[in-house]
Amino acid sequence: MLAHRTDEEYRIMLQGWLQIGLTLALIVAITPIFGGYIARVYLGQKTLLDRVFQPIERLMFRLSGVKPETQMNGWQYARAILYSNLAMAILLFAILMLQGVLPLNPTGLGAPTWDTALHTTISFITNTNQQHYSGETTLSYFSQILGLGFMFFTSAATGIAVAIAFIRGLTGRPLGNFYVDLTQAITRILLPISIVGTLLLVAAGVPETLSGPIVVPTLEDPNLRQAIALGPVAHFEIIKQLGENGGGFFAINSAHPFENPNGFSNLIQTLAMISIPTSMIYTYGVIANNRKQAWLVFGMVFIIYVGFIIVTAIGEYQGNPLVNSILGSAQPNLEGKEVRFGWAQSALFAVTTTGTMTGAVNSMHDSFMPTGGFVLLSNLFLQIIWGGQGTGTAYLFSYLILAVFVTGLMVGRTPEFLGRKIEKSEVVLTSFLLLLVHPLFVLIPGAIALAFPDQLAGISNPGFHGLAQVMYEYASATANNGSGFEGLADSQPAPTALWWNLSTSLSLLGGRYIPIVALLILADGMSRKQPVPFTTGTLRTDTILFTSVTAGVILIMGALTFFPILALGPIAEGFLLAKGG
Amino acid sequence: MKSTTSQPPQPDDTTRKRRSPKADTSGLYKSAVRDAFVKLDPRVAVGNPVMFLVWVGTIVTLLVTIDPNIFGTVDADPNRQRLLNGLITIILFFTVIFANFAEAVAEGRGKAQADTLRSSRSDTIARKVLPDGSIGQVSSTELRKGDRVKVALGETIPADGEVVAGVASVDESAITGESAPVLKQPGTDIASSVTGGTRVVSDELTIQITADPGQGFIDRMIALVEGAKRSKTPNEIALTVFLAVLTQVFLIVVATLSPLANYVRTPISIAILVALLVALIPTTIGGLLSAIGIAGMNRVSQFNVIATSGRAVEACGDVNTLILDKTGTITLGNRLADEFIPVNGHSVQEVAAVALAGSLFDETPEGKSIVQLAEKLGANLDFVGGGTLDEMRARSEGVDFSARTRMSGTDLPNDIEIRKGAIDAIRGFVRSRGGNIPDEFDAAYERVSRLGGTPLGICQNGDLYGVIYLKDVVKAGLRERFDQLRRMGVRTIMLTGDNRITASVIAQEAGVDDFIAEATPEDKIDVIKREQSEGKLVAMTGDGTNDAPALAQANVGVAMNSGTQAAKEAANMVDLDSDPTKLIDLVAIGKQLLITRGALTTFSIANDIAKYFAIIPTIFAAAGIGALNIMGLKNPQSAILAALIYNALIIPALIPLALNGVKFRPLTADQLLQRNILLYGLGGVIAPFIAIKIIDVLIPI
Repeated sequence: MLAHRTDEEYRIMLQGWLQIGLTLALIVAITPIFGGYIARVYLGQKTLLDRVFQPIERLMFRLSGVKPETQMNGWQYARAILYSNLAMAILLFAILMLQGVLPLNPTGLGAPTWDTALHTTISFITNTNQQHYSGETTLSYFSQILGLGFMFFTSAATGIAVAIAFIRGLTGRPLGNFYVDLTQAITRILLPISIVGTLLLVAAGVPETLSGPIVVPTLEDPNLRQAIALGPVAHFEIIKQLGENGGGFFAINSAHPFENPNGFSNLIQTLAMISIPTSMIYTYGVIANNRKQAWLVFGMVFIIYVGFIIVTAIGEYQGNPLVNSILGSAQPNLEGKEVRFGWAQSALFAVTTTGTMTGAVNSMHDSFMPTGGFVLLSNLFLQIIWGGQGTGTAYLFSYLILAVFVTGLMVGRTPEFLGRKIEKSEVVLTSFLLLLVHPLFVLIPGAIALAFPDQLAGISNPGFHGLAQVMYEYASATANNGSGFEGLADSQPAPTALWWNLSTSLSLLGGRYIPIVALLILADGMSRKQPVPFTTGTLRTDTILFTSVTAGVILIMGALTFFPILALGPIAEGFLLAKGG
Repeated sequence: MKSTTSQPPQPDDTTRKRRSPKADTSGLYKSAVRDAFVKLDPRVAVGNPVMFLVWVGTIVTLLVTIDPNIFGTVDADPNRQRLLNGLITIILFFTVIFANFAEAVAEGRGKAQADTLRSSRSDTIARKVLPDGSIGQVSSTELRKGDRVKVALGETIPADGEVVAGVASVDESAITGESAPVLKQPGTDIASSVTGGTRVVSDELTIQITADPGQGFIDRMIALVEGAKRSKTPNEIALTVFLAVLTQVFLIVVATLSPLANYVRTPISIAILVALLVALIPTTIGGLLSAIGIAGMNRVSQFNVIATSGRAVEACGDVNTLILDKTGTITLGNRLADEFIPVNGHSVQEVAAVALAGSLFDETPEGKSIVQLAEKLGANLDFVGGGTLDEMRARSEGVDFSARTRMSGTDLPNDIEIRKGAIDAIRGFVRSRGGNIPDEFDAAYERVSRLGGTPLGICQNGDLYGVIYLKDVVKAGLRERFDQLRRMGVRTIMLTGDNRITASVIAQEAGVDDFIAEATPEDKIDVIKREQSEGKLVAMTGDGTNDAPALAQANVGVAMNSGTQAAKEAANMVDLDSDPTKLIDLVAIGKQLLITRGALTTFSIANDIAKYFAIIPTIFAAAGIGALNIMGLKNPQSAILAALIYNALIIPALIPLALNGVKFRPLTADQLLQRNILLYGLGGVIAPFIAIKIIDVLIPI
């Protein structure tokens, strides 16, 4: 197939791989710097921003009555998260339902249906941003900026706080104080970077305005009018990515030229969504004082990540055999893609957004080749190819615990991780968290939807692809990713929208709060254990060998749970395409 | 089977000689087969969630064998369905039976051992000392704590007790396998405790009973080896939970597969779903888990050690620190002559000859070792007229050692008096005979002290010949074993009453990591507490009553069977051979148990990949994923049956491994992980691919 390509096409191919390679190099470069900074923040060491933010934080704690020095145990930490999230959810739901009477509503939008508002609330509070609506025609600026924009910060900061508490617990420290960790995640990490990022995006051409849509005559027919939606997009965009939120200001998300106008803005967005989860692994290394292990874990995920990018990119570059046979030449698959991003940046972005649980899209995931669909679904199933804001890092280290438990006995000692025994409660929590939550909230509702495809699912493409669409939707919800394979009638006023809104809401909640509580209890238990001294008889977890074993455990456990879906979804579709439809 | 009982890992020479009284294992398999069916009782089966699910699955497939349409009509030819479902039912049933059989065999081995013990416990008539001082005949079952009995030559001791009067030899071979009788007498910490079921072979003892009927040592041992009181260890519980979660995951996967399959128009039958479920859930480790645990305890008891719980055996694998008494554990109990150091211008040969003559009548191990060393150096008795030792003995007279003189020796013809003994005593003797003491004598004995040895002076009348260096002999092979332990991350600490200098020499020679000199029994417990405060698990041995608190404090406390009742009660293991060096072997047994469990868990989970690749592509061949059938299995029916047959047969195939344990090697954790991951992880991925393919070729479907 490659033989048919011209020099020009080779140049494009090389350019594509170069774009990917450059981005990956930047990711590796950012990780230790940013990760070290996060560690400094949470170890209470001096940072540059202390002078600016310390007084503000102190004032906030005093006003809200938070005593920063009060330590929380696992349940207290979890309760603080649940209560604060509930309060914020009520606030957001109220804003959405009352947006018709609230200001900043230039297009005069009324309240969405109750189920859309509920799903949107849960979706944004859980850092998922699964959207069963079109932003520009459903939500007012007030709802977008103050409602969703607020959640962008708090839900992301909640994730960071969980990761920090988890790392503290694993390394035998008290978990900390949720309110302090949450505040600092915003003031020290999310807000400063967002300010810089907003300016960069504005420079790249992203609008930041409160004026309403511009109505212009169309080019084809000057008599026709077209409304061009605008809005305060730039600041929304950067925290959407940085906080791994992913909810687009516009319906088509980062494919929209006002959200993501060019290669530069695309690079910033890609780096923004991946930098916190990659850096958080390094943060672990600093706090645990084991940078070697951090780099090994980083390396493990990085290798899988790069492998996934290569598989996806090659699939897109080679294109659809059915289309190619019509065209008479091998062309990249550009269906559902923005030409300004092409196959390479679309593939990179798609793998990154599903891996990091951001869920922003700059191309249609539905239109990816089956290889891409396989990768994107696998990302959602595995949840640790960087993973969600903070939670992904915690999952990664939970997998290490699970790998220690399964294989650690083979060194002739009862399993221990970081000098702490892995006993029944750790096994219950990690295996439940890593192995059971996903099947519960993905497979069960997915199977119900597929059992009643017409009444419930409203699938646009029947067959293997439709199966992938449904499973993707639930996997995206449970993994708190938010991207959609799309193609489902999940938006009001479609008759199946109610089912989708309610069933995915359950997956969103289950996929978010059960793991968070489990992680905190796990960390709390670990922090209370008497550490066992390290000897040559102790299983070293910071070796290439053990990291490889962990990778094996992750892939096998992931494969065992989701192999049937992958087989009947993208794999079957791939064989079908290869056969010629 | 008798001959194939597992080899204890690396038994050292001192323990290899003595074996436990052989358990009668004939009929073991027959009764295990019976027990395998008895364990089908749902009330028993439910205790193992993984195998219980297989059992439930068997019933479901049985129902669809009887009526394939019972859960909704299936399109296919009902008779063809019935055949496949029937075969699946049979295989599933055998999967359950195999798992039950594994457990029954492990339990059976324990039972056989218990029976041997029980035979020594038969009721006897005891001669009880009544309050008025007379003797009354009572059944041994009527004896209570505090009663006194008299036991004479040829009688069996009716219950555990303490000797309060009399001195007698007792044959304890029934419980220790040691045929030499043991001397029992009152007032000594160790030699005064007797065990019910042992036999008095000389004289008579008066014994105060210390255990009520059924509470005695043998009774407790029987209960333990029979597994009556066996409760799951913490790690077993954690593993069971993990396997239960995996099972639930697969339950959801398989249950939700049906709508998925229907949606893509490749419906699958209930029997196939059940087959897929059973293939995926971890039946291999689920079926063998409890057998591994029981076998671990049996291995300990085959080693002539009784563990009070599986937890104690598991703890052995986790031990970080071994606390070892010097005497008896690290060194042989007796000191042996190592060197003759001449003074006064004598040669080594001359000293050896005099020492030989002076030890003619010395029957102590030290004396014998002096003779041995002298003969090795070629010494003879020519200087007193020659001849063999026996001839010389006939012509001379021995002088026994006494606490007052602190020396012994030989009076030879011609008024030749040879004496050897404590330095001061010899000094006095030489002076009294008009001899003088050169400075080099002081230098010589100080050198011996510094080397950790005991110096003996040797002289002939007033002529001081030199110093005999009696050396504490470290047991053979200990250094290597301590090196092995160190590689496994286990530290060794030696406790001794010796002074620092002597202790440090022995410690260095034995290769222990640390030592505590001039130690008191209280020091033992302090060391244990100090180590434990650092999170370490400590193992120790002890026999005296004053060891009891330390034995209780230690994570693994091994009491010597020759020890006191208090020590045995405080410990969580009792060594019937009273060989403290066995502690090292126990660490290996504990590790072996854990490795076996981990290896089979990893193997079991790794197997799933092949089973998936066998079943999913073939049953969904209609969905166009036939190319994933990389094993090239014939058809869906054959693929399912092959995977299930493999799944069932792997359980009995692994029973020997589960019961005997994986071969243990004293390697570092990293080396062990690497080895075992390749063997059981990678092996577990590859083996079923090959096996399933072979079965697929063999079965005619």
